[in-house]
Amino acid sequence: MNFNDYVFYVLAAILLFAGLRVITSRNPVHAALHLVLAFFTAAGIWLLLEAEFLAIALVLVYVGAVMVLFLFVVMMLDINLDKLREGFWEALPIALPVGILMTLEMVMILGSKHFGVDRVAAPTPHPAGYSNTAELGRQLYTDYLLPFELASVVLLVAIVAAIALTLRDRKDSKFIDPAEQVKVKRADRIRMVSMPADVEIPAAAETEGKDKA
Amino acid sequence: MIAFMQNLLGPAWPVVWTLVKIIAIVAPIMGAVAYLTLAERKVIGFMQVRMGPNRVGYFGLLQPIADGLKLLMKEIIIPSAANKTLFLLGPVLAIAPALAAWAVVPFDVDMILADIDAGLLYILAMTSVAVYGVIIAGWASNSKYAFLGSLRSAAQIVSYEIAMGFALVGVLMCAGSLNLGKIVVAQAGGFWQWYWLPLFPLFIVYFISAVAETNRAPFDVAEGESEIVAGFHVEYSGMAFAVFFLAEYANMILVCMLAAIMFLGGWQPLLDVAPFNMIPGFLWLIIKVALLLFFFLWFRATFPRYRYDQIMRLGWKVFIPITLVWIIVVGGLMQTPLAYLFH
Repeated sequence: MNFNDYVFYVLAAILLFAGLRVITSRNPVHAALHLVLAFFTAAGIWLLLEAEFLAIALVLVYVGAVMVLFLFVVMMLDINLDKLREGFWEALPIALPVGILMTLEMVMILGSKHFGVDRVAAPTPHPAGYSNTAELGRQLYTDYLLPFELASVVLLVAIVAAIALTLRDRKDSKFIDPAEQVKVKRADRIRMVSMPADVEIPAAAETEGKDKA
Repeated sequence: MIAFMQNLLGPAWPVVWTLVKIIAIVAPIMGAVAYLTLAERKVIGFMQVRMGPNRVGYFGLLQPIADGLKLLMKEIIIPSAANKTLFLLGPVLAIAPALAAWAVVPFDVDMILADIDAGLLYILAMTSVAVYGVIIAGWASNSKYAFLGSLRSAAQIVSYEIAMGFALVGVLMCAGSLNLGKIVVAQAGGFWQWYWLPLFPLFIVYFISAVAETNRAPFDVAEGESEIVAGFHVEYSGMAFAVFFLAEYANMILVCMLAAIMFLGGWQPLLDVAPFNMIPGFLWLIIKVALLLFFFLWFRATFPRYRYDQIMRLGWKVFIPITLVWIIVVGGLMQTPLAYLFH
Protein backbone atom coordinates (compact mmCIF):
# COMPACT_ATOMS: atom_id res chain seq x y z
CA MET A 1 0.00 0.00 0.00
CA ASN A 2 1.33 3.40 -0.89
CA PHE A 3 0.44 6.76 0.64
CA ASN A 4 -2.61 7.31 -1.60
CA ASP A 5 -4.15 4.03 -0.42
CA TYR A 6 -3.83 5.04 3.21
CA VAL A 7 -5.48 8.38 2.43
CA PHE A 8 -8.26 6.57 0.60
CA TYR A 9 -8.97 4.20 3.49
CA VAL A 10 -8.99 7.02 6.03
CA LEU A 11 -11.35 9.10 3.90
CA ALA A 12 -13.56 6.10 3.15
CA ALA A 13 -13.81 5.27 6.86
CA ILE A 14 -14.80 8.86 7.67
CA LEU A 15 -17.30 8.84 4.79
CA LEU A 16 -18.97 5.64 6.01
CA PHE A 17 -19.08 6.89 9.58
CA ALA A 18 -20.57 10.23 8.49
CA GLY A 19 -23.12 8.50 6.28
CA LEU A 20 -24.14 6.23 9.11
CA ARG A 21 -24.50 9.14 11.51
CA VAL A 22 -26.75 10.96 9.02
CA ILE A 23 -29.41 8.28 9.46
CA THR A 24 -28.80 7.34 13.09
CA SER A 25 -28.31 10.76 14.65
CA ARG A 26 -31.10 11.80 17.00
CA ASN A 27 -30.67 15.50 16.37
CA PRO A 28 -31.58 16.60 12.81
CA VAL A 29 -28.98 19.39 12.91
CA HIS A 30 -26.27 16.85 13.76
CA ALA A 31 -27.51 14.68 10.90
CA ALA A 32 -27.27 17.58 8.46
CA LEU A 33 -23.78 18.44 9.67
CA HIS A 34 -22.68 14.86 9.22
CA LEU A 35 -24.02 15.03 5.67
CA VAL A 36 -21.78 18.05 5.16
CA LEU A 37 -18.85 15.99 6.45
CA ALA A 38 -19.81 13.18 4.07
CA PHE A 39 -19.81 15.57 1.07
CA PHE A 40 -16.46 16.93 2.13
CA THR A 41 -14.82 13.51 2.41
CA ALA A 42 -16.39 12.41 -0.87
CA ALA A 43 -14.75 15.46 -2.45
CA GLY A 44 -11.46 14.28 -0.96
CA ILE A 45 -11.87 10.85 -2.56
CA TRP A 46 -12.61 12.47 -5.92
CA LEU A 47 -9.41 14.46 -5.55
CA LEU A 48 -7.56 11.15 -5.22
CA LEU A 49 -9.13 10.12 -8.54
CA GLU A 50 -7.68 13.29 -10.12
CA ALA A 51 -11.15 14.77 -10.58
CA GLU A 52 -10.26 18.07 -8.93
CA PHE A 53 -12.87 20.12 -10.77
CA LEU A 54 -15.71 17.84 -9.68
CA ALA A 55 -14.36 17.72 -6.14
CA ILE A 56 -14.25 21.50 -5.81
CA ALA A 57 -17.64 21.84 -7.50
CA LEU A 58 -19.08 19.39 -4.99
CA VAL A 59 -17.81 21.49 -2.10
CA LEU A 60 -18.89 24.74 -3.75
CA VAL A 61 -22.41 23.66 -4.71
CA TYR A 62 -23.43 21.09 -2.12
CA VAL A 63 -21.47 22.14 0.94
CA GLY A 64 -21.43 25.86 0.20
CA ALA A 65 -24.98 26.43 -0.99
CA VAL A 66 -27.39 23.48 -0.82
CA MET A 67 -26.51 22.31 2.68
CA VAL A 68 -26.49 25.86 4.04
CA LEU A 69 -30.11 26.28 2.98
CA PHE A 70 -30.91 22.79 4.20
CA LEU A 71 -29.42 23.52 7.60
CA PHE A 72 -31.25 26.82 7.59
CA VAL A 73 -34.59 25.00 7.33
CA VAL A 74 -33.70 22.15 9.70
CA MET A 75 -32.61 24.59 12.41
CA MET A 76 -35.90 26.45 12.32
CA LEU A 77 -38.08 23.34 12.38
CA ASP A 78 -39.38 22.30 15.75
CA ILE A 79 -39.06 18.54 15.32
CA ASN A 80 -40.42 16.24 17.97
CA LEU A 81 -38.41 13.04 17.57
CA ASP A 82 -40.77 10.89 19.64
CA LYS A 83 -43.63 11.77 17.34
CA LEU A 84 -41.49 10.90 14.31
CA ARG A 85 -40.74 7.47 15.77
CA GLU A 86 -44.36 6.72 16.64
CA GLY A 87 -45.31 4.68 13.58
CA PHE A 88 -42.01 2.78 13.44
CA TRP A 89 -43.23 -0.72 14.33
CA GLU A 90 -46.41 -0.55 12.20
CA ALA A 91 -44.44 0.54 9.14
CA LEU A 92 -41.65 -2.00 9.64
CA PRO A 93 -43.32 -5.05 7.98
CA ILE A 94 -43.70 -3.09 4.74
CA ALA A 95 -40.57 -1.02 4.96
CA LEU A 96 -38.20 -3.88 5.70
CA PRO A 97 -38.88 -5.94 2.52
CA VAL A 98 -38.80 -2.79 0.39
CA GLY A 99 -35.48 -1.79 1.94
CA ILE A 100 -33.98 -5.25 1.48
CA LEU A 101 -35.16 -5.34 -2.14
CA MET A 102 -33.61 -1.98 -2.85
CA THR A 103 -30.33 -3.04 -1.27
CA LEU A 104 -30.28 -6.22 -3.35
CA GLU A 105 -30.92 -4.27 -6.54
CA MET A 106 -28.12 -1.89 -5.73
CA VAL A 107 -25.74 -4.75 -4.96
CA MET A 108 -26.61 -6.36 -8.28
CA ILE A 109 -25.85 -3.21 -10.24
CA LEU A 110 -23.05 -1.67 -8.17
CA GLY A 111 -21.35 -4.98 -7.28
CA SER A 112 -17.89 -6.00 -8.41
CA LYS A 113 -19.31 -7.46 -11.63
CA HIS A 114 -19.81 -4.02 -13.13
CA PHE A 115 -17.78 -1.73 -10.87
CA GLY A 116 -14.95 -4.06 -9.82
CA VAL A 117 -11.32 -2.97 -9.83
CA ASP A 118 -10.74 -4.93 -13.07
CA ARG A 119 -13.65 -3.14 -14.77
CA VAL A 120 -12.99 0.40 -13.53
CA ALA A 121 -9.27 0.72 -13.11
CA ALA A 122 -7.65 3.62 -11.31
CA PRO A 123 -7.00 6.46 -13.77
CA THR A 124 -3.53 6.59 -15.23
CA PRO A 125 -1.65 9.56 -13.79
CA HIS A 126 -1.74 12.54 -16.12
CA PRO A 127 1.30 14.62 -17.07
CA ALA A 128 2.00 17.75 -15.01
CA GLY A 129 0.53 20.20 -17.54
CA TYR A 130 -2.82 18.40 -17.81
CA SER A 131 -5.80 20.49 -16.73
CA ASN A 132 -8.85 18.53 -15.71
CA THR A 133 -10.92 21.74 -15.58
CA ALA A 134 -10.06 22.85 -19.11
CA GLU A 135 -10.62 19.34 -20.47
CA LEU A 136 -14.05 19.11 -18.86
CA GLY A 137 -15.02 22.51 -20.23
CA ARG A 138 -13.90 21.52 -23.72
CA GLN A 139 -15.96 18.33 -23.58
CA LEU A 140 -19.06 20.07 -22.22
CA TYR A 141 -19.06 22.81 -24.85
CA THR A 142 -18.20 20.67 -27.87
CA ASP A 143 -19.27 17.02 -27.72
CA TYR A 144 -21.99 17.44 -25.12
CA LEU A 145 -23.21 20.93 -26.01
CA LEU A 146 -26.83 19.98 -26.70
CA PRO A 147 -27.41 17.83 -23.56
CA PHE A 148 -25.66 20.51 -21.51
CA GLU A 149 -27.85 23.31 -22.83
CA LEU A 150 -30.96 21.15 -22.45
CA ALA A 151 -30.09 20.44 -18.83
CA SER A 152 -29.61 24.14 -18.14
CA VAL A 153 -32.97 24.98 -19.74
CA VAL A 154 -34.67 22.31 -17.63
CA LEU A 155 -33.08 23.79 -14.52
CA LEU A 156 -34.16 27.30 -15.50
CA VAL A 157 -37.74 26.10 -15.99
CA ALA A 158 -37.60 24.43 -12.57
CA ILE A 159 -36.42 27.67 -10.95
CA VAL A 160 -39.11 29.75 -12.62
CA ALA A 161 -41.76 27.17 -11.76
CA ALA A 162 -40.70 26.98 -8.12
CA ILE A 163 -40.95 30.75 -7.77
CA ALA A 164 -44.22 30.97 -9.71
CA LEU A 165 -45.82 28.26 -7.56
CA THR A 166 -44.86 29.81 -4.24
CA LEU A 167 -45.27 33.49 -5.06
CA ARG A 168 -48.49 34.67 -3.51
CA ASP A 169 -49.44 38.19 -4.40
CA ARG A 170 -51.09 39.30 -1.22
CA LYS A 171 -53.19 42.41 -1.57
CA ASP A 172 -52.85 43.49 2.06
CA SER A 173 -49.09 43.26 2.33
CA LYS A 174 -47.26 46.52 2.76
CA PHE A 175 -44.10 47.02 0.81
CA ILE A 176 -41.83 49.85 -0.18
CA ASP A 177 -40.87 50.74 -3.70
CA PRO A 178 -37.27 51.97 -3.49
CA ALA A 179 -37.60 53.77 -6.83
CA GLU A 180 -40.38 55.92 -5.36
CA GLN A 181 -38.28 56.55 -2.27
CA VAL A 182 -35.33 57.74 -4.29
CA LYS A 183 -37.49 60.03 -6.40
CA VAL A 184 -38.70 62.01 -3.39
CA LYS A 185 -37.83 65.71 -3.46
CA ARG A 186 -37.58 68.04 -0.52
CA ALA A 187 -40.75 69.84 -1.53
CA ASP A 188 -42.78 66.60 -1.16
CA ARG A 189 -41.92 66.19 2.49
CA ILE A 190 -41.19 69.62 3.92
CA ARG A 191 -43.48 72.62 4.06
CA MET A 192 -41.69 75.86 4.74
CA VAL A 193 -43.60 78.11 7.13
CA SER A 194 -42.55 81.68 7.43
CA MET A 195 -42.46 82.70 11.09
CA PRO A 196 -41.31 86.32 11.39
CA ALA A 197 -39.73 87.36 14.65
CA ASP A 198 -42.35 88.54 17.12
CA VAL A 199 -42.44 92.19 18.10
CA GLU A 200 -43.92 91.56 21.55
CA ILE A 201 -40.69 90.18 23.01
CA PRO A 202 -39.63 93.40 24.86
CA ALA A 203 -43.06 93.56 26.51
CA ALA A 204 -42.76 89.95 27.70
CA ALA A 205 -39.34 90.72 29.16
CA GLU A 206 -40.85 93.61 31.05
CA THR A 207 -43.54 91.50 32.71
CA GLU A 208 -40.91 88.91 33.65
CA GLY A 209 -38.87 91.61 35.30
CA LYS A 210 -41.93 92.76 37.25
CA ASP A 211 -42.62 89.25 38.52
CA LYS A 212 -39.13 88.94 39.84
CA ALA A 213 -39.42 92.16 41.67
CA MET B 1 21.21 24.85 3.66
CA ILE B 2 18.09 23.44 1.97
CA ALA B 3 20.09 20.53 0.54
CA PHE B 4 21.47 19.77 4.01
CA MET B 5 18.01 19.73 5.57
CA GLN B 6 16.78 17.54 2.72
CA ASN B 7 19.46 14.96 3.52
CA LEU B 8 18.77 15.19 7.22
CA LEU B 9 14.99 14.70 7.06
CA GLY B 10 14.81 12.36 4.07
CA PRO B 11 11.23 11.37 3.18
CA ALA B 12 9.78 13.72 5.79
CA TRP B 13 11.30 16.70 3.99
CA PRO B 14 8.30 17.65 1.73
CA VAL B 15 5.97 17.67 4.74
CA VAL B 16 8.33 19.80 6.81
CA TRP B 17 9.03 22.18 3.94
CA THR B 18 5.27 22.64 3.29
CA LEU B 19 4.70 23.28 6.98
CA VAL B 20 7.44 25.92 6.95
CA LYS B 21 5.76 27.59 3.97
CA ILE B 22 2.37 27.47 5.71
CA ILE B 23 3.84 29.16 8.76
CA ALA B 24 5.49 31.73 6.52
CA ILE B 25 2.03 32.61 5.17
CA VAL B 26 -0.11 32.31 8.31
CA ALA B 27 2.17 34.17 10.74
CA PRO B 28 2.26 37.40 8.67
CA ILE B 29 -1.52 37.15 8.17
CA MET B 30 -2.04 37.01 11.93
CA GLY B 31 0.28 39.99 12.35
CA ALA B 32 -1.58 41.84 9.62
CA VAL B 33 -4.91 41.06 11.29
CA ALA B 34 -3.65 42.41 14.63
CA TYR B 35 -2.43 45.63 13.09
CA LEU B 36 -5.47 45.96 10.86
CA THR B 37 -7.59 46.26 14.00
CA LEU B 38 -5.29 49.04 15.21
CA ALA B 39 -5.37 50.73 11.79
CA GLU B 40 -9.16 50.49 11.82
CA ARG B 41 -9.44 52.19 15.20
CA LYS B 42 -6.92 54.86 14.24
CA VAL B 43 -8.46 55.60 10.83
CA ILE B 44 -12.01 55.73 12.13
CA GLY B 45 -10.75 57.79 15.04
CA PHE B 46 -9.26 60.39 12.73
CA MET B 47 -12.37 60.39 10.55
CA GLN B 48 -14.45 61.13 13.64
CA VAL B 49 -11.97 63.75 14.88
CA ARG B 50 -10.69 61.78 17.86
CA MET B 51 -7.32 60.26 18.62
CA GLY B 52 -8.01 56.53 18.65
CA PRO B 53 -5.94 54.26 20.92
CA ASN B 54 -2.71 56.03 21.92
CA ARG B 55 -1.89 54.81 25.45
CA VAL B 56 -0.32 51.36 25.03
CA GLY B 57 3.11 51.80 23.50
CA TYR B 58 4.28 54.64 21.30
CA PHE B 59 1.35 55.89 19.14
CA GLY B 60 -0.75 52.99 20.49
CA LEU B 61 1.38 50.46 18.59
CA LEU B 62 1.20 47.81 21.31
CA GLN B 63 -2.60 48.04 21.61
CA PRO B 64 -3.37 44.88 19.52
CA ILE B 65 -0.96 42.84 21.62
CA ALA B 66 -2.55 44.12 24.82
CA ASP B 67 -6.00 43.27 23.44
CA GLY B 68 -4.86 39.79 22.45
CA LEU B 69 -3.37 39.10 25.87
CA LYS B 70 -6.51 40.31 27.59
CA LEU B 71 -8.70 38.01 25.51
CA LEU B 72 -6.34 35.07 26.11
CA MET B 73 -6.60 35.48 29.88
CA LYS B 74 -10.40 35.66 29.92
CA GLU B 75 -12.55 32.69 30.64
CA ILE B 76 -14.49 31.05 27.81
CA ILE B 77 -18.01 30.87 29.16
CA ILE B 78 -20.17 28.11 27.68
CA PRO B 79 -23.89 28.70 28.23
CA SER B 80 -25.44 25.81 30.17
CA ALA B 81 -28.13 25.17 27.54
CA ALA B 82 -25.69 25.34 24.66
CA ASN B 83 -24.66 22.42 22.50
CA LYS B 84 -21.12 22.18 23.82
CA THR B 85 -19.40 20.38 20.93
CA LEU B 86 -20.88 22.57 18.24
CA PHE B 87 -20.40 25.68 20.37
CA LEU B 88 -16.66 25.04 20.38
CA LEU B 89 -16.62 23.83 16.77
CA GLY B 90 -18.13 27.12 15.51
CA PRO B 91 -15.01 29.33 15.87
CA VAL B 92 -12.83 26.55 14.43
CA LEU B 93 -15.02 26.28 11.34
CA ALA B 94 -14.94 30.06 10.98
CA ILE B 95 -11.16 30.43 10.98
CA ALA B 96 -10.14 27.23 9.14
CA PRO B 97 -11.53 28.14 5.69
CA ALA B 98 -10.40 31.75 6.15
CA LEU B 99 -6.81 30.48 6.40
CA ALA B 100 -7.14 27.51 4.01
CA ALA B 101 -8.08 29.82 1.14
CA TRP B 102 -4.63 31.46 1.31
CA ALA B 103 -3.03 28.27 -0.07
CA VAL B 104 -3.66 29.30 -3.68
CA VAL B 105 -2.98 33.04 -3.38
CA PRO B 106 0.03 34.05 -5.51
CA PHE B 107 2.14 36.67 -3.71
CA ASP B 108 4.68 37.13 -6.48
CA VAL B 109 5.98 35.31 -9.54
CA ASP B 110 6.24 31.67 -8.36
CA MET B 111 5.64 32.69 -4.74
CA ILE B 112 2.63 30.47 -4.08
CA LEU B 113 1.97 27.49 -1.83
CA ALA B 114 -0.24 25.39 -4.12
CA ASP B 115 -0.25 26.40 -7.78
CA ILE B 116 -3.45 24.57 -8.73
CA ASP B 117 -5.33 25.07 -11.98
CA ALA B 118 -8.74 25.54 -10.42
CA GLY B 119 -7.46 28.14 -7.93
CA LEU B 120 -10.37 30.52 -8.38
CA LEU B 121 -12.91 27.72 -7.82
CA TYR B 122 -11.00 26.57 -4.76
CA ILE B 123 -11.19 30.07 -3.29
CA LEU B 124 -14.92 30.28 -3.99
CA ALA B 125 -15.43 26.86 -2.38
CA MET B 126 -13.46 27.82 0.73
CA THR B 127 -15.18 31.16 1.22
CA SER B 128 -18.57 29.48 0.86
CA VAL B 129 -17.65 26.94 3.55
CA ALA B 130 -16.85 29.81 5.94
CA VAL B 131 -20.55 30.41 6.53
CA TYR B 132 -20.78 27.21 8.58
CA GLY B 133 -18.83 28.74 11.44
CA VAL B 134 -21.43 31.48 11.72
CA ILE B 135 -24.46 29.20 11.38
CA ILE B 136 -23.20 26.61 13.86
CA ALA B 137 -22.14 29.25 16.38
CA GLY B 138 -25.54 30.90 16.22
CA TRP B 139 -27.49 27.69 16.56
CA ALA B 140 -25.31 26.06 19.22
CA SER B 141 -25.47 29.13 21.48
CA ASN B 142 -29.15 28.42 22.05
CA SER B 143 -29.95 32.12 22.17
CA LYS B 144 -32.49 34.05 20.14
CA TYR B 145 -30.15 36.90 19.27
CA ALA B 146 -27.37 34.59 18.19
CA PHE B 147 -29.76 32.51 16.09
CA LEU B 148 -31.27 35.54 14.36
CA GLY B 149 -27.79 36.82 13.64
CA SER B 150 -26.67 33.54 12.13
CA LEU B 151 -29.76 33.26 9.94
CA ARG B 152 -29.26 36.78 8.64
CA SER B 153 -25.63 36.10 7.98
CA ALA B 154 -26.28 32.83 6.18
CA ALA B 155 -28.92 34.33 3.89
CA GLN B 156 -26.73 37.32 3.15
CA ILE B 157 -23.59 35.31 2.37
CA VAL B 158 -25.46 32.87 0.13
CA SER B 159 -27.07 35.77 -1.77
CA TYR B 160 -23.93 37.79 -2.34
CA GLU B 161 -21.89 34.76 -3.27
CA ILE B 162 -23.87 34.54 -6.50
CA ALA B 163 -23.08 38.12 -7.53
CA MET B 164 -19.46 37.59 -6.50
CA GLY B 165 -19.22 34.36 -8.51
CA PHE B 166 -20.64 36.04 -11.61
CA ALA B 167 -18.19 38.92 -11.23
CA LEU B 168 -15.38 36.37 -11.20
CA VAL B 169 -16.81 34.66 -14.31
CA GLY B 170 -16.04 37.90 -16.17
CA VAL B 171 -12.43 37.74 -14.97
CA LEU B 172 -11.94 34.17 -16.06
CA MET B 173 -13.49 34.94 -19.45
CA CYS B 174 -10.85 37.63 -19.96
CA ALA B 175 -7.92 35.70 -18.55
CA GLY B 176 -8.96 32.34 -20.01
CA SER B 177 -7.80 30.56 -16.88
CA LEU B 178 -8.90 29.70 -13.36
CA ASN B 179 -5.30 29.79 -12.16
CA LEU B 180 -4.75 32.95 -10.10
CA GLY B 181 -1.12 33.24 -11.20
CA LYS B 182 -2.12 33.12 -14.86
CA ILE B 183 -4.84 35.71 -14.23
CA VAL B 184 -2.19 38.12 -12.91
CA VAL B 185 0.20 37.39 -15.79
CA ALA B 186 -2.64 38.11 -18.24
CA GLN B 187 -2.85 41.67 -16.83
CA ALA B 188 0.79 42.56 -17.50
CA GLY B 189 1.76 46.01 -18.78
CA GLY B 190 0.55 49.01 -16.81
CA PHE B 191 -2.61 49.88 -14.99
CA TRP B 192 -4.76 50.26 -18.12
CA GLN B 193 -4.19 46.56 -18.82
CA TRP B 194 -5.63 45.59 -15.46
CA TYR B 195 -9.13 44.19 -15.52
CA TRP B 196 -10.74 46.96 -13.48
CA LEU B 197 -11.04 48.99 -16.66
CA PRO B 198 -12.78 46.60 -19.09
CA LEU B 199 -14.67 44.95 -16.24
CA PHE B 200 -15.45 48.10 -14.29
CA PRO B 201 -19.07 47.18 -13.35
CA LEU B 202 -17.91 43.74 -12.25
CA PHE B 203 -15.11 45.28 -10.18
CA ILE B 204 -17.58 47.51 -8.34
CA VAL B 205 -20.03 44.63 -7.84
CA TYR B 206 -17.24 42.36 -6.63
CA PHE B 207 -15.93 44.88 -4.15
CA ILE B 208 -19.33 45.72 -2.66
CA SER B 209 -20.22 42.01 -2.52
CA ALA B 210 -16.92 41.42 -0.76
CA VAL B 211 -17.92 43.93 1.91
CA ALA B 212 -21.24 42.10 2.27
CA GLU B 213 -19.60 38.66 2.31
CA THR B 214 -17.35 39.60 5.18
CA ASN B 215 -20.30 41.00 7.15
CA ARG B 216 -18.72 44.43 7.37
CA ALA B 217 -20.45 47.78 7.72
CA PRO B 218 -22.73 48.89 6.10
CA PHE B 219 -23.82 45.25 5.62
CA ASP B 220 -23.18 44.12 9.20
CA VAL B 221 -26.78 43.28 10.10
CA ALA B 222 -25.57 39.86 11.26
CA GLU B 223 -24.13 41.57 14.31
CA GLY B 224 -26.24 44.73 14.32
CA GLU B 225 -25.68 46.02 17.84
CA SER B 226 -28.83 48.10 17.93
CA GLU B 227 -31.13 45.17 17.08
CA ILE B 228 -29.61 41.84 18.06
CA VAL B 229 -26.83 42.85 20.48
CA ALA B 230 -23.86 41.23 18.72
CA GLY B 231 -25.51 38.65 16.52
CA PHE B 232 -24.05 35.20 16.18
CA HIS B 233 -21.18 35.65 18.63
CA VAL B 234 -23.16 37.22 21.45
CA GLU B 235 -22.56 34.23 23.76
CA TYR B 236 -18.84 33.93 23.05
CA SER B 237 -16.15 35.30 25.30
CA GLY B 238 -12.40 35.21 25.62
CA MET B 239 -10.37 33.48 22.96
CA ALA B 240 -13.44 31.87 21.32
CA PHE B 241 -14.68 35.36 20.52
CA ALA B 242 -11.20 36.42 19.43
CA VAL B 243 -11.10 33.58 16.91
CA PHE B 244 -14.26 34.92 15.25
CA PHE B 245 -12.63 38.30 15.20
CA LEU B 246 -9.47 36.88 13.62
CA ALA B 247 -11.54 35.06 11.00
CA GLU B 248 -13.45 38.23 10.08
CA TYR B 249 -10.29 40.26 9.58
CA ALA B 250 -8.45 37.42 7.81
CA ASN B 251 -11.41 37.19 5.44
CA MET B 252 -11.29 40.95 4.88
CA ILE B 253 -7.63 40.76 3.91
CA LEU B 254 -8.36 37.74 1.71
CA VAL B 255 -11.14 39.39 -0.30
CA CYS B 256 -9.01 42.51 -0.76
CA MET B 257 -6.13 40.31 -1.88
CA LEU B 258 -8.44 38.64 -4.41
CA ALA B 259 -9.72 41.99 -5.67
CA ALA B 260 -6.11 43.13 -6.09
CA ILE B 261 -5.18 39.93 -7.92
CA MET B 262 -8.16 39.79 -10.21
CA PHE B 263 -8.89 43.43 -10.97
CA LEU B 264 -5.77 45.43 -10.02
CA GLY B 265 -3.04 43.32 -11.58
CA GLY B 266 -1.75 41.49 -8.49
CA TRP B 267 2.01 41.88 -8.23
CA GLN B 268 2.27 43.92 -11.48
CA PRO B 269 3.68 47.44 -11.07
CA LEU B 270 1.53 50.48 -11.81
CA LEU B 271 3.55 51.22 -14.96
CA ASP B 272 6.15 48.91 -16.41
CA VAL B 273 8.87 51.62 -16.52
CA ALA B 274 12.02 52.35 -14.52
CA PRO B 275 11.05 53.74 -11.10
CA PHE B 276 7.96 51.57 -10.76
CA ASN B 277 9.21 48.14 -11.81
CA MET B 278 12.18 48.41 -9.42
CA ILE B 279 9.82 47.96 -6.47
CA PRO B 280 9.41 44.22 -5.82
CA GLY B 281 6.09 42.75 -6.94
CA PHE B 282 5.28 41.57 -3.45
CA LEU B 283 5.31 45.18 -2.23
CA TRP B 284 3.01 46.27 -5.05
CA LEU B 285 0.51 43.62 -3.97
CA ILE B 286 0.69 44.83 -0.37
CA ILE B 287 0.17 48.45 -1.45
CA LYS B 288 -2.92 47.51 -3.45
CA VAL B 289 -4.36 45.38 -0.66
CA ALA B 290 -3.74 48.15 1.88
CA LEU B 291 -5.53 50.64 -0.35
CA LEU B 292 -8.57 48.36 -0.69
CA LEU B 293 -8.58 47.68 3.06
CA PHE B 294 -8.61 51.43 3.65
CA PHE B 295 -11.84 51.54 1.65
CA PHE B 296 -13.34 48.94 4.02
CA LEU B 297 -12.53 51.17 6.98
CA TRP B 298 -13.71 54.27 5.16
CA PHE B 299 -17.07 52.62 4.40
CA ARG B 300 -17.49 51.73 8.04
CA ALA B 301 -16.92 55.31 9.14
CA THR B 302 -19.16 56.76 6.43
CA PHE B 303 -22.30 54.75 5.72
CA PRO B 304 -25.24 53.99 8.00
CA ARG B 305 -26.26 50.34 8.23
CA TYR B 306 -28.49 48.96 5.46
CA ARG B 307 -31.94 47.72 6.28
CA TYR B 308 -32.12 43.95 5.88
CA ASP B 309 -34.65 43.84 3.04
CA GLN B 310 -32.66 46.46 1.16
CA ILE B 311 -29.54 44.32 1.43
CA MET B 312 -31.41 41.47 -0.20
CA ARG B 313 -32.84 43.75 -2.87
CA LEU B 314 -29.39 45.14 -3.70
CA GLY B 315 -27.92 41.67 -4.00
CA TRP B 316 -30.61 39.95 -6.01
CA LYS B 317 -32.26 42.72 -8.02
CA VAL B 318 -29.34 45.03 -8.72
CA PHE B 319 -26.02 43.21 -8.62
CA ILE B 320 -26.95 39.90 -10.22
CA PRO B 321 -28.62 41.56 -13.25
CA ILE B 322 -25.65 43.94 -13.65
CA THR B 323 -23.16 41.08 -13.66
CA LEU B 324 -25.27 38.98 -16.05
CA VAL B 325 -25.60 41.86 -18.51
CA TRP B 326 -21.91 42.68 -18.37
CA ILE B 327 -20.89 39.05 -18.89
CA ILE B 328 -23.05 38.98 -22.03
CA VAL B 329 -21.53 42.31 -23.17
CA VAL B 330 -18.01 40.98 -22.61
CA GLY B 331 -18.81 37.71 -24.36
CA GLY B 332 -20.30 39.59 -27.32
CA LEU B 333 -17.46 42.12 -27.62
CA MET B 334 -14.90 39.32 -27.52
CA GLN B 335 -16.25 38.16 -30.89
CA THR B 336 -15.71 41.60 -32.45
CA PRO B 337 -12.48 43.44 -33.38
CA LEU B 338 -12.71 45.10 -29.94
CA ALA B 339 -11.65 41.82 -28.33
CA TYR B 340 -8.17 43.23 -27.62
CA LEU B 341 -9.73 45.33 -24.84
CA PHE B 342 -10.45 42.18 -22.86
CA HIS B 343 -7.06 40.50 -22.90
